[in-house]
Amino acid sequence: MIFNIPFIAVAALILIGLYAVIFKRNLIKMVIGITLIESGVNLFLITLGYREGSIAPIYTSSPGGIMALPVPQALTLTSIVIGVAVLALMLSLVIHIYRHYGTLDVRKIGGPEE
Amino acid sequence: MSGMSKIVKTISSITFPLITIYGLYVIAHGHLTPGGGFQGGAIVASGCAMMLVSYGSIWIVSRVKEKNLSILESLGAVCFILLALLGLGFGAVFFNNFLVGTNSLFGVVPAAGSGLADINTGGVIPLMNFAVGLKVIAGLFGIVLVMAHASRTKGEKK
Amino acid sequence: MNVADLIDLLLQHSPALIVAVPLLGAFITPLISRLNDKVRNVFVILTLGLTASLVFLLASDVFTGNIHTYIFGSQDLALPVVRILFEVDAMSAFMAIISVILSLVAVIYSWSFMKENTGLDKYYTLILLMTAGMLGMELTGDLFNFFVFLEITSISSAALVAFWTNKAKSVEAGFKYIVISTIGALFILFSIALFYGQYNALNMAMIASAMQYTFLDKIALVLLIAALAMKAGVVPMHMWLPDAYSKAPSSVTLILVGATQASLYGVFRVCFTIYGGAINLSSISIGWILVILGIITMLLGVAMAIIQTDFKRLIAFSAVAEIGYMLLGIGTGLVVMLNPEMTATGLAAMKGGIFHIMNDALDVGLLFLVAGAIYYATKETSLNKLGGLARNMKYTTVFFIIGLLAVSGMPPMNGFASKLLIYESTYQLNPILSIIAILSSIMLLAVFVKVFHSAFLGPALPKFENVKEVPKSMLIAMGTIATIIIIFGLFPEIIVNSIVEPAANALINYGDYVREVIPSFTGGV
Repeated sequence: MIFNIPFIAVAALILIGLYAVIFKRNLIKMVIGITLIESGVNLFLITLGYREGSIAPIYTSSPGGIMALPVPQALTLTSIVIGVAVLALMLSLVIHIYRHYGTLDVRKIGGPEE
Repeated sequence: MSGMSKIVKTISSITFPLITIYGLYVIAHGHLTPGGGFQGGAIVASGCAMMLVSYGSIWIVSRVKEKNLSILESLGAVCFILLALLGLGFGAVFFNNFLVGTNSLFGVVPAAGSGLADINTGGVIPLMNFAVGLKVIAGLFGIVLVMAHASRTKGEKK
Repeated sequence: MNVADLIDLLLQHSPALIVAVPLLGAFITPLISRLNDKVRNVFVILTLGLTASLVFLLASDVFTGNIHTYIFGSQDLALPVVRILFEVDAMSAFMAIISVILSLVAVIYSWSFMKENTGLDKYYTLILLMTAGMLGMELTGDLFNFFVFLEITSISSAALVAFWTNKAKSVEAGFKYIVISTIGALFILFSIALFYGQYNALNMAMIASAMQYTFLDKIALVLLIAALAMKAGVVPMHMWLPDAYSKAPSSVTLILVGATQASLYGVFRVCFTIYGGAINLSSISIGWILVILGIITMLLGVAMAIIQTDFKRLIAFSAVAEIGYMLLGIGTGLVVMLNPEMTATGLAAMKGGIFHIMNDALDVGLLFLVAGAIYYATKETSLNKLGGLARNMKYTTVFFIIGLLAVSGMPPMNGFASKLLIYESTYQLNPILSIIAILSSIMLLAVFVKVFHSAFLGPALPKFENVKEVPKSMLIAMGTIATIIIIFGLFPEIIVNSIVEPAANALINYGDYVREVIPSFTGGV
């Protein structure tokens, strides 16, 4: 049971993130929702590679015993790197939107064609 | 963004070299311990971001030009791809680790099994870590700098 | 080393070089643009030209029936499944040709079109990155690698959609696009994790050979198809597409068409290769899902196109409708594949669907370029304010007529060739499908005749008196695509036999794709 907690956390993170993206009106909160989904997916990857009692997969001065699977960790790192780029791009677009409309509320953004 | 108080500035100036050195260590040991180009670069860039917050973007922009940062970033990426292409150039395939076994630059093959870390191993992987580290330091710092500067101009209009 | 050896070597390494060359070019561009703007433009065109020639070299070999695998970082091929590898079959090569042609034309078009803008070094860097991303998506044989290239493509294309940051609508469209594509990409990553957890593999061929069709696999299939269809702009997940297409610079829209089609390629790769064994089990449902999505996409795209008054937005909705045709063709192929009496129909439907991918890219691309040319000349995109432009812009008018005929499937153009294949084959599955498809084409024709009338014909408007024909580079770009459209329209048989049929066969015979990596695999027809 205790080892299911990470999976429950994954589901909770992804659902909270989706909730924020769909129902929140503030652009920054939408961006936070996306990063939450991303954390959920990353946590899922990491959890997949873990076995009970395993140690970090570092060969240097290793005490022996089973190691966690390193491949999902490499995948997670890649996904984090991509997440940084996406986050930076989204926030800079939010800055531009704020400059144009003076608000971050999605209901007030848009309107008729210029 | 303008600067913060003198206490913050002093503490930042003291911790900035430590953070930078730690980040560079993470980059240099990327092939031995957890870490690598991106992680170490992110540490150094967060140190730079701390300086940005404490001293203000005006002070930083007068010393570091965003253009130069973008050139450094491109250089890092170019180095990375060129290293990968060199693997092809040495008669093998793209991304081939051509330095392994040459016993020269990072070319020593470590003994199998658990042992102490030898920095002189890894072939092209440390070199690629350096390239990625350069790219990440310049890139992340550039992003933070531009964003801080952009929000500054907005504040001044008000 | 003589020339034949060199070409052999290039051919052997071309899958890696096709991605490496634009990637390297992307990061050299900011350094070169400090020298001179013209040098930079020439450099970018040369980079893409080199990439295009590598793609053609690789494709010429792949279309003869070989599948190329390229394993990164290793000389020995003993352990391919644990390494990142590129696997190029005829379908990948077909898509790569489309992407590289679109990028090359877009860069030539940008020479004059974007001349007035600042920050062009970043613009060209992003275009090259996007090209590298698209080509990587199409050539890779590794699911996680696919995800990485997908993200490269969507990040750079979102930045390009919002390139005109002084326009609020562009930034808004860019934000919408990056939100949608990031969520889609995270779904894809989640399903990759589901695969990895079950099969301990990331390689597409490896997953396909180990596929058990468990409940988790079904979840992964739904997530993958939903996310990729969202990125491909399939109704009902198309809401970002008209905004992104109409607010981006026209040259960027052209590449965006390629990016959406790379996502569509992902849908096909998932349905046919990773879930390839399901063709023999329960493909009817997957096929019908694609067919129904295609029909809805077609009808809704056309219906929305009729009421638009913005030139580019109208073309964007017709692009949505065109995506429906591809899904209809490929879905019909999947549905009838099981029935041994209808193998020929299935193949014809697949050929029609695949051929239409290329035709749509060219037709819709040409129309977007024309819209961009009109915007360049008049600074106006609203159809209500345009009029009488045929007097001043002769060549553009001719190109528009070619695009109009092609997109609505009129006989001398390429659109007719592929649409006819789709009509014929869907008629044998269900006549109503084919009637809906023909009806949508007729409505598309009506839409574009209206556009033609309101933008090009009519009395000369005084405010457009001084409008001149657009510069040469834009004419060259439009002319290139128009020429390809006419050639494809006049000799469809050659194109279908030489490049479309191998691609269709590659999708159907997914066993060959898998066996290239895992020789012991026995499945596949």
